[in-house]
Amino acid sequence: MARVDVKNVSLSFGAYRALNDVSISFADGGFYALLGPSGSGKTTLLRMIAGFEYPDEGSILIGGEAVESVPVDKRRIGMVFQNYAIFPNMSVAENVAFGLRVRGEKGAGVEKAVSDALDLVQLGHLAKRRPHQLSGGQRQRVALARAIVTKPRVLLLDEPLSALDKGLRKDMQIELKRIQREVGVTTIFVTHDQDEALSISDRIGILKDGAIVQEGAPEEIYDRPRSEFAATFLGEANIIEGTAEGGRLTLENGVSIPLPQEAARSSGHLRCAIRPERVHVVPGGLASVNLSQAGTLTGIVRHKLFSGSLSTYSIDCDGRQFQAIVPRTGEDDIRMGSPVEVTWKKEDLIILA
Amino acid sequence: MMRSSSLLSGLGRVYIGLVLVFLYLPLVIMAAMSFNASPFYQLPFEGTTSWYAALASNEGLIASTLNSLQIAVLTTLIATTLGTAASLALFRSDFRGKRALQALLFPPIAIPWLISGTAMLIFFFGTGIGRGLHAILLGHVALALPYVIIVVSARLQTFPRELEDAAASLGASRWQTTRKVTLPAIAPGIVAGALFAFAVSFDQFVVSYFLATPGQTTLPVEIYAAIRKGFTPEINAVSTIVILFSMGLMLIVSRFFRFAGDR
Ligand SMILES: Nc1ncnc2c1ncn2[C@@H]1O[C@H](COP(=O)(O)OP(=O)(O)OP(=O)(O)O)[C@@H](O)[C@H]1O
Ligand SMILES: [Mg+2]
Repeated sequence: MARVDVKNVSLSFGAYRALNDVSISFADGGFYALLGPSGSGKTTLLRMIAGFEYPDEGSILIGGEAVESVPVDKRRIGMVFQNYAIFPNMSVAENVAFGLRVRGEKGAGVEKAVSDALDLVQLGHLAKRRPHQLSGGQRQRVALARAIVTKPRVLLLDEPLSALDKGLRKDMQIELKRIQREVGVTTIFVTHDQDEALSISDRIGILKDGAIVQEGAPEEIYDRPRSEFAATFLGEANIIEGTAEGGRLTLENGVSIPLPQEAARSSGHLRCAIRPERVHVVPGGLASVNLSQAGTLTGIVRHKLFSGSLSTYSIDCDGRQFQAIVPRTGEDDIRMGSPVEVTWKKEDLIILA
Repeated sequence: MMRSSSLLSGLGRVYIGLVLVFLYLPLVIMAAMSFNASPFYQLPFEGTTSWYAALASNEGLIASTLNSLQIAVLTTLIATTLGTAASLALFRSDFRGKRALQALLFPPIAIPWLISGTAMLIFFFGTGIGRGLHAILLGHVALALPYVIIVVSARLQTFPRELEDAAASLGASRWQTTRKVTLPAIAPGIVAGALFAFAVSFDQFVVSYFLATPGQTTLPVEIYAAIRKGFTPEINAVSTIVILFSMGLMLIVSRFFRFAGDR
């Protein structure tokens, strides 16, 4: 096990800068998710840590040691590829044994390690199968067993669950988390899926255009995104803009709302975000709120999206669409086309850079 | 609909039948005649194995057959090894002029052997390599190499690169990756390339003819020389043996490797 430090790394493919001065640290034994839109450089960063790409600038440290001069096969990493890359000419057990055999290990030790690894991913009964006789989820677990059986210092996972359907995917997330905790290996997990990143990892790095936009614990990123990109990429957000002065924000339509403590002294143009589930919807504009403690806008209900325990409303506030997620705990008295007041606590307002 | 498709499949059968007849009937006749007593293809058929007995004492034919086999096997080994290595290098690395190099592999296949043979003769003569079995071997390897590279490279096109990456991430060296992952996956392509190499060499007449010397010659050249002197049914006999040998070889190979599928 080892920590991984990426220091000021840049990489260009021809004229295209795929990674731009990326710095991020992965603590020993942590479970990291790298999240970002397609083409943001997630795979490139992962391949660079693995040793398939070399940085033009900057350096990568594994366990505190620079690895620029260490080739892939000497880095002692484990990697699960997006398409699993199971060796088709070998059985499940031979696939898992591969990493041990190429190190020259033989005999009962190998068999024990292989069966332990297969048990860990609950595939002990399929050891003799050929790869083409496996389902997608089983292949993925073979790839995982194969990657961890060599006791790598770092486990790199490139969208390993993206090919699975939703149910299997949920199961595998839980399983992956369990295995990671059991093995305790530093894990870097690339994903497109924000929910997956939030639920599975203990830290998240968001990539955009080859740069880290924000990095932190899931709650921290969700509750305190620093940019509109981070706020909208990870979850939904209502964006509010205006001019700040004296602890209040004056919007384009003249409405004034209170700013949280941290922005009490801001002045000038300011962008803020508010999560839809932090918004309360009051029918008929009868809210009796303290205007120094809560933001309030009035609007008309335009859409309602019912999803069982929750309802999502789209509310038109002077031409701006405002999303509100409301738990369905009682009588539903918010009607389409009716005037409502949306309010939130001033501390729930997120100040964006 | 049903009628026309059954008509088509009927026509298809006739067509395939004709193809097989044209391919195999001459061979069957030749094999039959090798057991016919008359040296002039005269009927009625009178069974004999005397031509095979005569063949056994025809040292020229036997020596040249052995030469042919030896050269074909060596050509296959050398061209397949070099060609596979070259295909892997082309697959793995990106360098200036790679495309040009790949494009240059095709013309030698289209150049008439008569011209290649003349060029080789002049070149070998000028460089002091001279003529003889070693020159024939060299020439055959040169002729077979592009076939192997093209066939193996085609197979590599469908080989997922991540398999090599995965092997490296598991600690396998380049050589271990090649031996345990890449070569098994492209084995059908390598076998197909080897068959081409064998056929190019074993079939080869023109280039061999230019490079052979009286004592050092191959079967096709020897047969040609024998026919020019006067046809003898021993040639039927040796041809029948060669046909059976080649067919047996191909059948064995095709039993071990299915060319269409991977598994
Ligand atoms: N070998 C390469 N040559 C040229 N450009 C490349 C190469 N590999 C990646 N790129 C480019 O670098 C950028 C980042 O690619 P990368 O594969 O890291 O994206 P990603 O974040 O993994 O995207 P996705 O979510 O779609 O997998 C892309 O614009 C891609 O086109
Ligand atoms: Mg990717």
